[in-house]
Amino acid sequence: MEVAPFGGVPENFLELDRAEGQGVMALRGKAQAPVPDPTGWLEEEVPRGLLGTSLGAFVGWGRKFSVWPVGFGLACCAMEMIATAASRFDISRFGMELFRASPRQADLMIVSGTLTWKMAPQLKRIYDQMPEPKWVVAMGQCAASGGPFAESYFVVPGVNRLVPVDVYVPGCPPRPEALLYGLMKLHEKIARENLALRREP
Amino acid sequence: MALRTEPIVLNMGPQHPSTHGVFRMRVTFDGEVIVGLDPVFGYLHRGFDKLAESRTYTQFIPLTDRLDYLASMSNNFGYCLAVERLAGIEVPERAEYIRVIMAEMMRISSHLMAIGFFLNDCGAFFTPLLYMYREREKLLDLFDMVSGQRLTYNYMRIGGVSHDLPPEFLPALRKFVQEMPAFIDEYDQLLAENEILLARSKGVGILPREMAINASASGPVLRASGVKWDLRKKDPYSVYPRFDFDIPTAETGDCYDRYRVKVQEMRQSLRILEQALAQIPEGPVRAEGPHLVRPPRGEVYSRIEAPKGELGFYIVSDGSVAPYRLHVRGPSFINLTALREMCLGWKLADAIAILGSIDIVMGEVDR
Amino acid sequence: MTRPLAGAEVAEGVQGALPGAGVKGEGGTIWVEARDLLPVARYLKEEPGLAMDCLANLTAVDYLDHFEVVYHLLSIQHNHSLVLKVRLEGREGLGVPSVTPLWKGADLQEREVYDLLGIAFSGHPNLKRILTWEGFPGHALRKDFV
Repeated sequence: MEVAPFGGVPENFLELDRAEGQGVMALRGKAQAPVPDPTGWLEEEVPRGLLGTSLGAFVGWGRKFSVWPVGFGLACCAMEMIATAASRFDISRFGMELFRASPRQADLMIVSGTLTWKMAPQLKRIYDQMPEPKWVVAMGQCAASGGPFAESYFVVPGVNRLVPVDVYVPGCPPRPEALLYGLMKLHEKIARENLALRREP
Repeated sequence: MALRTEPIVLNMGPQHPSTHGVFRMRVTFDGEVIVGLDPVFGYLHRGFDKLAESRTYTQFIPLTDRLDYLASMSNNFGYCLAVERLAGIEVPERAEYIRVIMAEMMRISSHLMAIGFFLNDCGAFFTPLLYMYREREKLLDLFDMVSGQRLTYNYMRIGGVSHDLPPEFLPALRKFVQEMPAFIDEYDQLLAENEILLARSKGVGILPREMAINASASGPVLRASGVKWDLRKKDPYSVYPRFDFDIPTAETGDCYDRYRVKVQEMRQSLRILEQALAQIPEGPVRAEGPHLVRPPRGEVYSRIEAPKGELGFYIVSDGSVAPYRLHVRGPSFINLTALREMCLGWKLADAIAILGSIDIVMGEVDR
Repeated sequence: MTRPLAGAEVAEGVQGALPGAGVKGEGGTIWVEARDLLPVARYLKEEPGLAMDCLANLTAVDYLDHFEVVYHLLSIQHNHSLVLKVRLEGREGLGVPSVTPLWKGADLQEREVYDLLGIAFSGHPNLKRILTWEGFPGHALRKDFV
């Protein structure tokens, strides 16, 4: 990604826009098939010793109760996400009221809203900047499959074209109770994830 | 020896905690003073105009909900009004009253959010927003009673509304209208003379009267600059002529004035709600007519006073079940025309406060 | 009530002030030739009886053999409105003078029309794509866009 020339001020940034456009087209070419959902939590054949099991259970317990989301609200579902964080459907009960602004300090990305091709490189970038272990929740129909805009020329049909998704929460928009149910399912998944089996980067 | 300085370009990217959704600005600074601002749109462009050409008129109604998702029924209202003008359909009286009640409730709900997010941007991290959300949850419960949904309702139809109000709705709304003025006074007491809010927003981001009209600003942004222009009075639609209410304006056009105009508009909306509740008649709620609306050939541009400004729909029909061309005139998009002029000469934190006071919703900006 | 002005009367007024301008009025609409757009728009804005000081909406429609650029003008002083249309033949190389010197509100809307329909506005300070990205193949709202 080229940097603006430091000597003068580019008044209309046309070169930057062109570079961004090329990035979007390249990503669109690569994202033609969905990324498979991570199934590591279903594996049973990994040998576990006594120490592995109890340590794994302890770490899972610790991880699931301190998940910090990165704020990635795109559209209408973001309003329901904020309502979940407000005082009636308190998300703070689960330890998640800190929506980190920086992805480097977060471990959950709740994609809420319609993802467009123009925004897609930014989503991939934020996902790549999050440190392991990380999880993704696709909230709403637009993030799961494109939603009511799936036929549009500009909408990505589902976030799983770009990143592996752990939990899909259906609804348009899903009620805050539905989002909390999805997050509780994510907690179960985190608790069962084995320490030795990490997802492919 | 002279000190050499150079301007720096800062990208406030699409993922940012205070940009109201996916809005991007490339700001050029000289020190900390803004000398240039280039907004970038399109990160939520879903192609409403193109999708409308392949949907019937009724199938497009749920999509209009997603335009200004903080005030969904206003979008429904504007669209149904446009199609009814084009097709010459008359709406029964009870449906008109229900629509006005819904529109004013949406105005209160949207302004609560606008004030909450504006104070978020000014630095009161989340506390006023939680207070505003407390009232908004009561309104959302009322909407849930009527349409089954909290955010995107799909309640209005071409020719009226989709079904009648449940019997427990009107008493609950009366109770809300009685309690709400006390809450607005509570917020005003906490916020109106607050030193920090005055220091952050008084005199910041002034939009002069002439520029506001020239830049096609509308809604609270225009009224805060001193122009007494409200479509509910100047170009009335539905049953608004039967109600008695004022249009609040302010003189300077800075961020504080835009905040004050919104608070007073909420009070006027409560006045309209009281009168509507007293006057609402019985009767059918939907006009008789064909299920698939086929307006005659022609075009129409109809507009309503949505909470954010003038929401207009330009529909060209060729006599078939789907529109030939539909254009949404989004108020938030047009209000952003003057953003650069409003921000020049201020600092970065002021730019965020100015953006918060214009009150944009990305669904409308990018459509 | 916002009064929609009659196109024929306004066209007569314009012909009186700017003889030779290609204007024609019918219904509530006034049709203008592309080359005369700026002088006619300036007259509509500055004439005290009309005083169209606000451009409410600017859009364009693709009728398969020609395009129409539609301007909805509004007067806040007198509370009347007018529809102004420019007809452009053909499908390639379309251009219209930009009205941004008169109404600043046309800035973003003209960029949107350029982006989605491919009509260029000469004299626009910053004509580049706004809703799609630079390098987007084609113009999205045209009837032949796939």
